[in-house]
Amino acid sequence: MTRKLMALFIVLVLICSFGLTGCNNSALTLNVYNWGEYISDGSEGSFDTVREFEKWYKETYGTSVKVNYTTFASNEDMYNKISSGAVSYDVIIPSDYMIARMASENLLMPLNFDNIPNYQYIDEDFKSLYYDPQGQYTVPYAYGIIGVIYNANEVDAADTGSWDLLWNSKYDDKILQFNNSRDAFGMAMYKLGLDVNSEDKSVWDSAYNELMKQSPLVYSYVMDEIYNMMESGEAAIGAYYAGDYFTMKDAQADDVDLQFYYPERTNYYIDAMCIPTCCQNKELAEIFINYMLSEEPAVANAEYTYYASPNRLVYENADYIENMGQEAMDVLYGKAENFAQEFNKNAYHNLSKEMLDYINTLWETVKIN
Amino acid sequence: MKLSSKIYTGIIFAFLFAPIIVLLIFSFNEAKSLSVFSSFSFKWYTELFNDRDTLESVKNTVVLALSATAISTTMGTAAAFGIYRVRRNWYKSIFNTVTNIPMINPDIITGISMMLVFVFVGRLFGMATSLNFWTILIAHVTFCLPYVIFQVLPKLQQMDYSLVEAAQDLGCTPVRAFFKVTLPEIMPGIITGAIMAFTLSLDDFVISYFTSGNDFQTLPIRIYGMTKKTVTPKMYALATIIFFVTMALLLLNNIIDNKESRELKRKKKEIKGG
Repeated sequence: MTRKLMALFIVLVLICSFGLTGCNNSALTLNVYNWGEYISDGSEGSFDTVREFEKWYKETYGTSVKVNYTTFASNEDMYNKISSGAVSYDVIIPSDYMIARMASENLLMPLNFDNIPNYQYIDEDFKSLYYDPQGQYTVPYAYGIIGVIYNANEVDAADTGSWDLLWNSKYDDKILQFNNSRDAFGMAMYKLGLDVNSEDKSVWDSAYNELMKQSPLVYSYVMDEIYNMMESGEAAIGAYYAGDYFTMKDAQADDVDLQFYYPERTNYYIDAMCIPTCCQNKELAEIFINYMLSEEPAVANAEYTYYASPNRLVYENADYIENMGQEAMDVLYGKAENFAQEFNKNAYHNLSKEMLDYINTLWETVKIN
Repeated sequence: MKLSSKIYTGIIFAFLFAPIIVLLIFSFNEAKSLSVFSSFSFKWYTELFNDRDTLESVKNTVVLALSATAISTTMGTAAAFGIYRVRRNWYKSIFNTVTNIPMINPDIITGISMMLVFVFVGRLFGMATSLNFWTILIAHVTFCLPYVIFQVLPKLQQMDYSLVEAAQDLGCTPVRAFFKVTLPEIMPGIITGAIMAFTLSLDDFVISYFTSGNDFQTLPIRIYGMTKKTVTPKMYALATIIFFVTMALLLLNNIIDNKESRELKRKKKEIKGG
């Protein structure tokens, strides 16, 4: 009996592996590397971007294309994979500071904008920012701004409005702080009016003192654990991205009433589509980028991710505005004026290795405390 | 059973199963939250079965685990037999140590070094993408192999070799003797080895992470990618299904085992009686 089972098993494996290699034979492939959960993927009846692109391409150009869509969890993961030279990708969607780093290391290719006519719909304020001053490597995909989320049932409205809320001893053991050095220090520096990209150690020392003042009040240092802690009412105050506030609000418990505001100075980030130098089919990659900017996929992605879009076709789309609701539109797009100026000043740039080491040492001390 | 030992067992079971039970309950949650249970629904199960990318990664993971198990079990059994038949002791211990290296090496070192080799070879042949299904398969076979050898070798050593000699005396060719006598004798070891290889391959993250290419994403890598935002409850549904499938397989295994041992006892009785 065992021998029969063995034989069956081997046949099964052979069939599986043939099936697997069989489907790799289509004429064109496009390798896309994006953040996890960062594209409308057809769940809950939404638009299935990747499949729709494959369908659209077949209808328009007559040849079929297979999109290999894989995901990463952090910019650094993505960077390691690309810079190792082990794998070739055609389209990647990293964040601003990582784009600056990759461009300086010649890992990105200049785009041919003749193939990306939809680039005209991107708001001028989002073009040629510090990470890509000539505007030759990137097409912005989505952006986010950090704001403060609080439970209105526990927090007095009078205390809100600035970063001071996260240092307010009235809410001892109710405050969440970022569990990564750049964001935590950034918060203290915005509060104190310091330059978040300073290469001066004394500036970081004062931010460190501010974080040490805060640390007895902090309930926990968190990243994505913030969702459950805020939704359940376990914590009452935390800072996170505007888009994620709506994800939390959708899932909040009955006795929790989450609200949101932007402090005066805060962090901005942009994720943009780029083509790395290892790309195998640049024109196809550009066609994909152009497709991502066209109305239907762009709106679907913005609705799915809940992040703000720099694309006019999205934020002027009547259905999108209606689906998101006025409150969401105010929160997501409320701080977008003078974007270029604010972004270049307040976004995190790359720091020197020496500075990063110094910050990490300070950060370890904060965490140990 | 004493009360204290009952409590002790209870605590152990609670630690083992509480997380799974929480996951199981929240996979039936209507809302997306892990803290608020709004109402009972199969929503996330339907979502899961409509999510082609996730199903694709499940398929990838299973295909990879099955292939890696088949190859490493065959190779491992052959290797164990080879090591067993080596006469000189020092030679034998060299082989033993070398095959154990992938087992004692930290995953991350195995992963990175494998990636470097694949990239090096890929560059040599001028390939743009040196990582694909075959590289991840080679990596998985490599780290599964020592576990199979580790299970099979003791069975060989326990075996009475004169049985094989007797078979050959009675006219078996060495190959036939291997399949007729040795293989059935060491089968339990092979099966345990195969099961270990399968489970190890199924939930490996680190090595897969370093050796997977752009067209082949396994389930652990996909779930890890979701940690920037939240892991969707679809994954709770998937984990619940995997849990029950494994449970069913284990139960089936136990039932078959029981049946076989009962039959064995019956036969022994018959022999004695006759």
